Amino acid sequence: MRVSIEQDKCIGAGQCALAAPEVFDQRDEDGVVVLLTPSAPAGTQDGVRHAVAVCPAAAIHIDVED
Amino acid sequence: MTEPATDVPYFPMPRAEGCPFDPPPPLRTTVAERPLSRVRIWNGSTPWIVTGHREQRALLADPRVSVDDRLPGFPHWHEGMAAMAPHRPDAVFNTDPPVHTQHRRRMTAPFTVKRVQAMRPVVQKMTEDLLDRMVAGPQPADLVEALALPLPTLMISEILGVPYEDHEFFQKQAAIGIDSNATGEAAMKAFAAQNEYLAGLVQKRMAAPQDDVVSDFAARVNAGEIGVAEAAQMALGLLVAGHETSANMIGLGTLVLLENPDQLALLREADDDAVANAVEELLRYLGIIHGAQRRIATADIDIAGEVIRAGEGILIEFATANRDPRTFDRPDELDVRRSAREHHAFGYGAHQCIGQQLARVELQVVFPTIFRRVPALRLATTIDQIRFKQDRLAYGVYELPVAW
Repeated sequence: MRVSIEQDKCIGAGQCALAAPEVFDQRDEDGVVVLLTPSAPAGTQDGVRHAVAVCPAAAIHIDVED
Repeated sequence: MTEPATDVPYFPMPRAEGCPFDPPPPLRTTVAERPLSRVRIWNGSTPWIVTGHREQRALLADPRVSVDDRLPGFPHWHEGMAAMAPHRPDAVFNTDPPVHTQHRRRMTAPFTVKRVQAMRPVVQKMTEDLLDRMVAGPQPADLVEALALPLPTLMISEILGVPYEDHEFFQKQAAIGIDSNATGEAAMKAFAAQNEYLAGLVQKRMAAPQDDVVSDFAARVNAGEIGVAEAAQMALGLLVAGHETSANMIGLGTLVLLENPDQLALLREADDDAVANAVEELLRYLGIIHGAQRRIATADIDIAGEVIRAGEGILIEFATANRDPRTFDRPDELDVRRSAREHHAFGYGAHQCIGQQLARVELQVVFPTIFRRVPALRLATTIDQIRFKQDRLAYGVYELPVAW
C-alpha cells in the first residue's frame, strides 16, 4: 500500500497519528502531518484506511492498494 | 424545492419528551430522505439545515462554503453573535483557507497527539483527586459540579496558563456567550469582559513568559506576527471550547452509562483500546453539538437534488448526522463495541475541533476511573427530574445528582 499526503491541506487534527502511528506523525510546532514511510508496513493497512476515512481535510491518499 | 414553505420549523428545536439522548424528531425523521431541509431561525431567515452525514462532508470540504460570519446573510446563532461578529478580528473561527490555515497552525502545537498523550497522567491524577473530594463529601453530590466541569476547566486552564482562581469569572461570561437566548447587549458585554481579561493576561506574559500557551501567543505578539487582540481571541476560543464541551460529554456520558447497565458492564471490563472505542461511540451517540455549526454559501451549490444559492445560510447539524442510517447501522442503539469512528462529534473539514485529542484523553480517563473509584455510583434522582441543556449550543445536563 503506497501512501501520500498533502501537507498544505492538513489542519493538524491528529487523527492519522492516532490511527496509524507507524505511518503518520505530527510536526511539533504546528501539528502538520509527517509521513514516516510512503509504504505502509504489514499490519498497518487497516489503520491507514481508517486515517483516510477520518481525515477531516481529506489530505491522505492511498495510491496503490496491495 | 428552493423556496422555503411557510410552515418551515423553528430551529433550535427541543428534543422529544422522554428521549433526552436523541436529536429532535423533526430533524431525524427526514434525514435519509431529505438530508437537507429548511428551518427558520431567530431573525426570521430560513437557512438550509444539513442533517445528512455524507452531505455534511461534501459541504464542509467545499471551498464555496464559508465560515466568515461577517458576510451579509450569515445565519448567526443569536442576536448577540450577530452583534459581535463585525467586531471580531480575523481568527481561526471566522476565516476560510488559506488565511484560516495560518491561524490554525499557530494554535495546534499544544494539541498534537504526542503532547496530549504526555498529559494523560495529569488528567488521571486530577480525576482521582476530584473523585476523592466528591466521595469524602455529602450525598447526593452533583457530578457536574464535582467532576464534569472542574476537570476540563483545570486542564485547559493549565495548558493555557490561565490562573484557575479566575475560572468562576470566565465560566460565567462564557455561559452568556453560548446561551441561545442571550441578548445582543449581554453577549457584547460578556465578550468584552473576557477579551479584556485575556488581553491583560497576554500583556503580562509578553513581559514575563511562562511555560504555557498564552506565553506562546505572547511571544508571537512580541515578534510582530500577530496583535494582542488576535492573541486574546485565540486564547478565548480555546478556553471556552475547552471546558464547556468536555464537561457536557462527562455529565451526559455518565448519565447514559448509568441508564444502560449492559453498556456500563462492557466498559468496566474494557481494556484501553476498547475504552477508546467506547468513547468514540459515546461521542457519536450523545451528539452534544446540537446548536448546528453555521456557514454561508459563496456560490450556487448543487447537492442532494437541491440548489443552495450564493448568499444563503447553511446550518450543519452534527447530532442528527451522527444518527444517519445510511452511515451507521442501528444508529439509535448505544453500542460501545461498534466502530463509530466516522462520527461528526468534533465536526468535519478544516474547522474540526482543535482540542479533540485532549477531549479524547479526558473522556478515556474519566469514564473508567469514575466507575472504578466509585463502583456503587448511581443516579440519586430519576431521569425525568434532570434538566437538560435544550437551549444551549452544546447539549448536556445542568446538574447530575449522584449517590454511592
